Amino acid sequence: MNENRILEMRGIDKTFPGVRALQGVDFSLNAGEIHALMGENGAGKSTLIKVLTGVYTKDGGTISLKDTGEVQIHSPQDAQKFGISTVYQEITLCPNLTVAENMYIGRGEGSLTNWKKMNADAAKLLASLDIPAKATQQLASCSIAVQQMVAIARAVDMECKVLILDEPTSSLDEQEVEKLFGLMRDLKARGVGIIFVTHFLDQVYEVCDKITVLRDGQLVGEYEIKDLPRVQLVAKMLGKEMDDLSDIKGEQGGYHGDDAGEDVFEATGLQSDAGIKPFDFHIRKGEVNGFTGLLGSGRSECVRAIFGADRVLQGTTKMHGKPVKIAKPVDAMKNGIAYLPEDRKVDGIVGDLSVRDNIILALQVLTGFFKPFSKAQANAFADEYIKKLNIKTASADTPIKSLSGGNQQKVILARWLLMHPEYLILDEPTRGIDVGTKVDIQKLVLELASEGMSVTFISSETDEMLRTCSRLVVMRDRKVVGELSGEDLTQNKIMSTIAGGESKA
Amino acid sequence: MKNKAKSNGLFKRIVGNQMFIPVLAILILVIVNLVKDPSFFVVTWGLNNDGFPVLSGSLISILDNGSELAILAIGMTLVTAASGGQDISVGATIAVAGSAMLRVLCGGNARPETTQAPVIVAFLVACLVGMLCGAFNGALVSVFKIQPMVATLILFTAGRSIAAWINNNELPIVPDPKFAWFAGCIPGIPIPTSVFIAIACIIVIMLVLKFTNLGLYTQAVGINESSSRLNGINPTFIKFLSFVILGLCVAVAALIKVSRISTINYSVIAKDIEMDAILAVALGGNALSGGKFNMWASILGAYIIQFLTTTLYRFKVDSEARPAYKAVVVILLVVSSAPVVRNYFSQLAKQFSSPKKEVA
Repeated sequence: MNENRILEMRGIDKTFPGVRALQGVDFSLNAGEIHALMGENGAGKSTLIKVLTGVYTKDGGTISLKDTGEVQIHSPQDAQKFGISTVYQEITLCPNLTVAENMYIGRGEGSLTNWKKMNADAAKLLASLDIPAKATQQLASCSIAVQQMVAIARAVDMECKVLILDEPTSSLDEQEVEKLFGLMRDLKARGVGIIFVTHFLDQVYEVCDKITVLRDGQLVGEYEIKDLPRVQLVAKMLGKEMDDLSDIKGEQGGYHGDDAGEDVFEATGLQSDAGIKPFDFHIRKGEVNGFTGLLGSGRSECVRAIFGADRVLQGTTKMHGKPVKIAKPVDAMKNGIAYLPEDRKVDGIVGDLSVRDNIILALQVLTGFFKPFSKAQANAFADEYIKKLNIKTASADTPIKSLSGGNQQKVILARWLLMHPEYLILDEPTRGIDVGTKVDIQKLVLELASEGMSVTFISSETDEMLRTCSRLVVMRDRKVVGELSGEDLTQNKIMSTIAGGESKA
Repeated sequence: MKNKAKSNGLFKRIVGNQMFIPVLAILILVIVNLVKDPSFFVVTWGLNNDGFPVLSGSLISILDNGSELAILAIGMTLVTAASGGQDISVGATIAVAGSAMLRVLCGGNARPETTQAPVIVAFLVACLVGMLCGAFNGALVSVFKIQPMVATLILFTAGRSIAAWINNNELPIVPDPKFAWFAGCIPGIPIPTSVFIAIACIIVIMLVLKFTNLGLYTQAVGINESSSRLNGINPTFIKFLSFVILGLCVAVAALIKVSRISTINYSVIAKDIEMDAILAVALGGNALSGGKFNMWASILGAYIIQFLTTTLYRFKVDSEARPAYKAVVVILLVVSSAPVVRNYFSQLAKQFSSPKKEVA
């Protein structure tokens, strides 16, 4: 084994019923290295991580560590014992305990706790890692980023040699990400090997040293970051050459019907109980527009108000110029409005139900309580959209929760498309899903618009919105502060509107 | 080799089916009875108290006495699926609905000469009362978001007193012998009417599940309330509705219970039946935390409990000791249907089917 190498996985195999999740995958990690693990959803990243952390038992292959040689990891406890720690996307700490308690809980060092020593140790560690939290502070009172860091501090204190960060940045804003990267670089300097799983390409190029790419459960290759330009990375992940991601807008013709200029939906002085200021909004037939702003600026709350998902306090809404009352989601659905929610797990999927039931749900509700679809009809709907959106599922009977994130999102999308809405609201449809599906969804949005559907598209990734939207509503502090269209649709203009709207007003 | 894999897949499909444990339980009960005393399965012609020829035997008695439980299991399944909790007040509300029925039938008189109102009117009043109790529970759970077990604790505690108060603590006796036909046999029909009532209820719920979206909505609400709401379902109403349906089941069960003795005993009638009803849902392999459900499995679960009770009775187990025996069997059934245990066994089956791979 190489002098510097702390982890080596060779020929890892893992098979699930019907799927070969990993086929002879190699992966190695050096001390003091940040190593990105990249691949589309379903490429095998999570499976590889779970094999390494003992959540899954591998079917074949070897795992070797620097000090101990070949090891068998049967459980997460084993992994921890060998110095392999994981910080997951969702925080798995206890929000109602203090920071110090969270760092030392369940470490099993005797039944008695020396609170004073524990708090002092925690404070020292927090200070040494430059984490802005007090040891005695309740964890829930810290920002998500700090909670994430506390989880890392806990891992570091357990003398970890290998630290796995599974999508740690997906719920952080830019500054928080910077802080996290600072911590990662600090750990790197101390000789910790970090495996970084993320969907954000920018972040990979900012902090990583090496990239390992997986595709369809197989190893594509391991690369030095400087040898692999971004476009090539995407091409490797997708398994095909891609000229330019940003060119998809050119492929679409746009909608040119006679009624192209007509307002489909219009809202005046709309306000919900989710704490947004009253706002005006309208969308034309075949138009794609979007809400942009920082996280928490009220983008989602606006579209939720339109759909009646939050309690509407005031304001008027019109469809095709006729006043309509939208008090609850079903009212919006009856008016041909569909809403793909931001949080797929909480608001989107009905986990235990089959893919089929998840697809037909909205249309079924609209059709009526006393008119269930026949089994054949439901199957026909499901099969149609599984094929149309290329949803990867074993069958229509598979529970949706066993699908990968991107495919779950496609199922939810299928649910709303099946309703044939006039106005489709997509709130972060591309969050946490792979590049391939992202491009698919963006293309689909433009295609639907060219057929005359109006779409509101929200995304945290500004370039994605610039690619798809022809008009952007800019928000700051739960208030609409501007509207951009035509030549104003540039990254800089959006930034300045978000930042500098105050002085103009 | 391929054939073996195929048969293994079939084996796994059978073991993985939700109906596997309940059906297995029935089979074991049948085998135990066959070995111990095959006369258990003998159904004979005999004369009942009125001198009419009827069928009798343990099997008939299981079907007869299991009726109330099967009917309650229907409602309990829906409540469990929609709210992720259970209604523990069904025994007490049977007393309330039964008492209301007697009050209408006897007109407040403890020993009336004739019935004071047609049975159908009394039954409809009982239905109304049962559904009101259900609505009360349902409103607490769905509107005020109180945990189902806590919400139904109110009627569990107060129900039997309310039942006694409805009839001024009297125990009215229905003078019309025909009233006993709802639990016993109608002359000329050799099978107890309660069996037909249970079958009717099962047919109705199966039709409702087939011709409405009750099943889909209930499961969706139980699995993910927030996403159901965003798909236009009204979770509050669905939960409320499930309790009201259970209330209706309670009224039908009350009709059979009261008919069995033509009177009522407020503190004893349908005692502990709520626990059996919850158990029926669990035995059917339905998650008590709500979500997906299988109605047939719950109904089968109800009859398993009755089968078990009758078996213990046949084995001359002391009536005081019966609950303990029942508990042992229940522990076995529930543990064996727990996902942890089932996963373990399916792993074991895998190892047996592919020993070669294990070695390598």
